[in-house]
Amino acid sequence: MFNFKRTASIIALASVALIAGCSDDDDNNTPEMMDMDYRYQVTVSNLTHAQPLSPIAAILHEDGMLWQIGQPASAALEQQAESGDNSQLLAGYPYSASGSGVVMPGVDGVVEVSIKNNANALLTVSSMLVNTNDAFVGLNAIALADLMVGESMTMMGHVYDAGTEANNELANSIPGPAAGGAGFDATRDDVNFVAMHPGVVSQDDGLASSVLTQAHRFDNPSVKFTIVRMQ
Amino acid sequence: MKKKILFSSLIAALSLNVQAADLDISITNLTQGIYFTPIIASAHSADAHLFQVGQTASTELQAMAEGGDISGLQSVATAMSANSLSNPAGGLLAPGQMASGMLMTDSGNVSLSLAAMMLPTNDGFIGLDNWTIPTEAGTYTVYINAYDAGTEANDEIRGGGAPGTAGMPVPPPLENLIGKNGTGVTSAEENMMVHIHRGNLGDDDMMAGKSDVSNTVQRWLNPVAKLTVTVK
Repeated sequence: MFNFKRTASIIALASVALIAGCSDDDDNNTPEMMDMDYRYQVTVSNLTHAQPLSPIAAILHEDGMLWQIGQPASAALEQQAESGDNSQLLAGYPYSASGSGVVMPGVDGVVEVSIKNNANALLTVSSMLVNTNDAFVGLNAIALADLMVGESMTMMGHVYDAGTEANNELANSIPGPAAGGAGFDATRDDVNFVAMHPGVVSQDDGLASSVLTQAHRFDNPSVKFTIVRMQ
Repeated sequence: MKKKILFSSLIAALSLNVQAADLDISITNLTQGIYFTPIIASAHSADAHLFQVGQTASTELQAMAEGGDISGLQSVATAMSANSLSNPAGGLLAPGQMASGMLMTDSGNVSLSLAAMMLPTNDGFIGLDNWTIPTEAGTYTVYINAYDAGTEANDEIRGGGAPGTAGMPVPPPLENLIGKNGTGVTSAEENMMVHIHRGNLGDDDMMAGKSDVSNTVQRWLNPVAKLTVTVK
């Protein structure tokens, strides 16, 4: 026990020395701090068979979540999840970026996003599965503070349902190439909360009125996210 | 050398202390259209189980999976000196909703198991088998899959929840959510061991067809639930 106490005192002494060192640095007359950019590359790999992904929204923010299981989707998220249009979602966040286009099945979509002077930003990423009513994939407020320059994180993504449009799989309500219907409809005719998606049924599996075929079915995980800190 | 020994005994003492843990537990129903019946979460010894994949369901597991009755599993847990959190939702846990509770575990109860029936199904349940409770303080997330108890044919039609009674139990909120007059998806249960549920088939006719389950609302993909455990 004596030995342990001694170790503890050494640690305590070391801490004092460390604090002293810090305050010395602070006393120096250093020139004004330059803006520090934190830049991240986000890759979304589309693992589905026939579900193109709408242009990726990548957002760096300080706190909060852009959606929560069991809570209603925001109007901006509804817009993206039903039509693929990410402009409303991105408009609310200064440190955000859009992917350049649709990410086809088997393809990697890449987008870079950066924030100034915030090492503790959260990353939210979202994209619609366009051959669905309101399915989307996303990363929900991932903490980046521990990611050093050059390091990467990889996560598999499950499919969410925005809960804003019933999964009727009708041609006129699915915007993707399988249907070419209208995307966004402000009417909320579904459960009105975000949940995990139950999957599409398709005309080949018992939903006679569906415009979708067996090819449009998907399972989890549907995407792979890779985040690399570039700067 | 003396120092080293002292240090190891200190670590051992710490681990013994944290084995008796103080846990906050929450379970979120991630599905859009599936209800969970009362949940049981039990902390037990490392060699104990409430169920095991690939094994025949116990009669207590069957009663939970076919009818949502956790009293049998509660007795099993008590018999194995487990610490249990019983029915934290106070009844059904609706889609998208979360239930929470606290669980104080006795020394030696180092593994966590969890079960609750899924409605509408014949014998589908959310399950976690023997998850090692971390000893380090922190918040941990576990995604939960859907299992089939293997005790009843997945006919997907209205029936009863008593063990051995065919069909699905239909408690009040389900009464108006599922169809009628289904002729039955199947009358056989080919895998009679606990296995990963193949999912509901359902159909698109609320008044006829094979199934009383709606195929656009009451299907699911795994994971179906999220367990969050905070070790204090």
